[in-house]
Amino acid sequence: MRKVAMVGAGMTKFVRRALETPKELSYEAAKIALDSSGLSLDDLDCVAHGTAPDAFDGIHQNGEYMVDGSGGWNKPTMRVYVGGGTGVHAIVHGWHHVASGLFDTCLVVCEEKMSSAMPHAQGFFLTIFDSITERALEPNLLWIFALEMNRYMERYGYTKEDMALAAVNNKTNGLNHPASQFSDQVTVDDVINSEMLAYPVSRLDVSPVSDGAAAVLLAAEPVARRLTDKPVWIEGVGWSLDTAYWATRDLSYPRYLDQAARMAYEMAGIREPAKQIDIAEPYDPFDYKALHHMEGLQLSPRGRTVELLRDGHFAKDGNLPMCPSGGLLGVGNPISAAGTMKVCELFWQLRGEADQRQVPGNPRLGVAQAWGDLMQVSSVVVAGI
Amino acid sequence: MSKRVAIVGIGYSGFRATSGDLSYREMIFEAATKCYEDAGGIHPQSIDSFVASSEDFMEGISIADEYVPDQLGAVLKPVQSIGGDSLQGLASALMQIKTGQQDVVAASAFSKVSNLSNYEHVVAYATDPAYIRPLHENPYFIAGLEMNRYLYETGTTREQCAQVVVKNKYNALNNPHAVYGAKISIEDITGAAPLSEPLGVFDVSGHIDGSIVLLLASEDKARELTDQPIWIKGIGWATDTPNLDSRTDGLGKAIYAALAGQKAYQMAGISAPFNEIDFAEIDDTFSYKELQHIEALKLCGPGEAGELLALGSFNPGGDFPVNVSGGSLGAGCLHEANGLQRVLETVLQLRGEAGTRQLAGVETGLAFAWRGIPTATGSAIILSSRL
Repeated sequence: MRKVAMVGAGMTKFVRRALETPKELSYEAAKIALDSSGLSLDDLDCVAHGTAPDAFDGIHQNGEYMVDGSGGWNKPTMRVYVGGGTGVHAIVHGWHHVASGLFDTCLVVCEEKMSSAMPHAQGFFLTIFDSITERALEPNLLWIFALEMNRYMERYGYTKEDMALAAVNNKTNGLNHPASQFSDQVTVDDVINSEMLAYPVSRLDVSPVSDGAAAVLLAAEPVARRLTDKPVWIEGVGWSLDTAYWATRDLSYPRYLDQAARMAYEMAGIREPAKQIDIAEPYDPFDYKALHHMEGLQLSPRGRTVELLRDGHFAKDGNLPMCPSGGLLGVGNPISAAGTMKVCELFWQLRGEADQRQVPGNPRLGVAQAWGDLMQVSSVVVAGI
Repeated sequence: MSKRVAIVGIGYSGFRATSGDLSYREMIFEAATKCYEDAGGIHPQSIDSFVASSEDFMEGISIADEYVPDQLGAVLKPVQSIGGDSLQGLASALMQIKTGQQDVVAASAFSKVSNLSNYEHVVAYATDPAYIRPLHENPYFIAGLEMNRYLYETGTTREQCAQVVVKNKYNALNNPHAVYGAKISIEDITGAAPLSEPLGVFDVSGHIDGSIVLLLASEDKARELTDQPIWIKGIGWATDTPNLDSRTDGLGKAIYAALAGQKAYQMAGISAPFNEIDFAEIDDTFSYKELQHIEALKLCGPGEAGELLALGSFNPGGDFPVNVSGGSLGAGCLHEANGLQRVLETVLQLRGEAGTRQLAGVETGLAFAWRGIPTATGSAIILSSRL
């Protein structure tokens, strides 16, 4: 298999309401990623886009619109989407471009501008449901994730306080991220006492609405070695999509992630992920999801995750730091860009360039994951130095 | 180049102006079932990965990717959606196999455009939100501008564009899956009501519903699954800017087609496409687009396509048949599914299964798809029955 490395990364600040257009956000992230690698736009072979869904930016065929900003003008460009999983999946998509041998370099650019939605981006989630059986009930994402959170807590006897611990872990890490849209230290009490949205989901259990973009430059081995002496290799990729009939699944365990993770670990030759992996960036749009996903990623035994969290196992200086970036809860959640931000974090952490966020012990192997659609899809990227 | 890849299964459903009896998911189920049957009865569990192509606004669903797996038999399998023409989706499937991680990948696409009450309104959402959309123009004005500029730059005539419509609608009479077949004259077309001068109502392809599923496999798997693998020799796609004011070389040229063709020819080792390729299925969403794309794809020089058409070169009996199926003008426009429909037609011809429209002795074909206004994205593929 052709070896592919990450050789550059960049992102915009994640903010509640960006003045920049989606195109300009893409430009900023793409330029930082290219400049950080030293590759010029003329030498770039292709661009892989990720945005999800079009309704946020309010633009049909959004991949086309982004082209001017992302550096794709007069190049092969292709947009991929798997809902919320898009940010990490776009890296998989970019890896396809280079590992296939069709291209030597590929710039992955993900962007989302959710502030265009009035009054709130949640409105667009009304149209993700089955138009006959579900949409008439007017469900939204908070509503169905509340069902999933409740089921997860019920299965293992977890409390809202247990879930809030994950929010505090990630939000504390995020305080050190220069692109974060937060500045306040949050406590478990703050989370529990925040406004109830849909039981058991309170406001601080949820990541915010954000605008932002992130980009990663991928290169085939010979190009990567020429551009940098610290390439971060894509060791494994995996993805899986479950049935659209979410109401008949057991929501307590993400079996799609189980499949995706095993696919990525098999490619990476990882047999004992919990022992071999040094840092994890599970997708955390809600606090419970970080824990749910640690189990799906085979990084924590089912039902023991809160115990490990309380023991400091997933802290920044623990055995397996969870979301050292701060994650979506700590940095912000411009959907697809948030997933790519997680891969950027692996890039910076594994190169030892994460400044105040740097986890101790020279991490060598990391995993990033994103999740989306109707609680249904996961994409996993394993990266190593 | 790494692994060789072939198309080993084809399935399709619909190709009708409306399909009130089937949901899009039922239509895809039918196409998928036929495709798996065609590929030696493969069980979907044995397929490694699935790629769908769609755009949310066309379907009235945010995150249309959610509804991909069930009807394809792809539950708990690697599945992704490409927000692009389905030929780009096919390119993604091809790349997945070439990485070595997958051996058998399905590509699916559909159009259920009959559900849309106002297609132009959706297209308007693809125009720039700051500069173009506030003009509140019917987006077909872009095609009118492009056509006008193309005629001006190349000396191609209005009548030659009309002749594309005559040819393709006539060809469609031989295609049982074509719904807009007709015997009409150049005068019928030039005399029809203008939509956006010089573009008339007959210069625009009509919409249809339909679904196509294709199965791709690596060489070893291909030989297991079928006796008639159709090899993918080359593929390319490219995007010019969607901004009308900054298109490379203005509105008269299809740079995206030139770049996509160049990449596909290079990969296939083709230097003289007109001589080395036997026939083509080329985007003809609008009449002028067929001629513009033929020139951009280097099948003739700039401004020569209209004359060659008049000489009959692109007729089924000509030197280089183009859109024997009837193309979008004769068979109907499937929007993001257009690419797979063109590949499907090319495969049928190369397998010798094209019925009364079968071309004699064809071995290598070209399919080219464009994403429609206001985009400047095109994808080209070279297919051959010979390895």
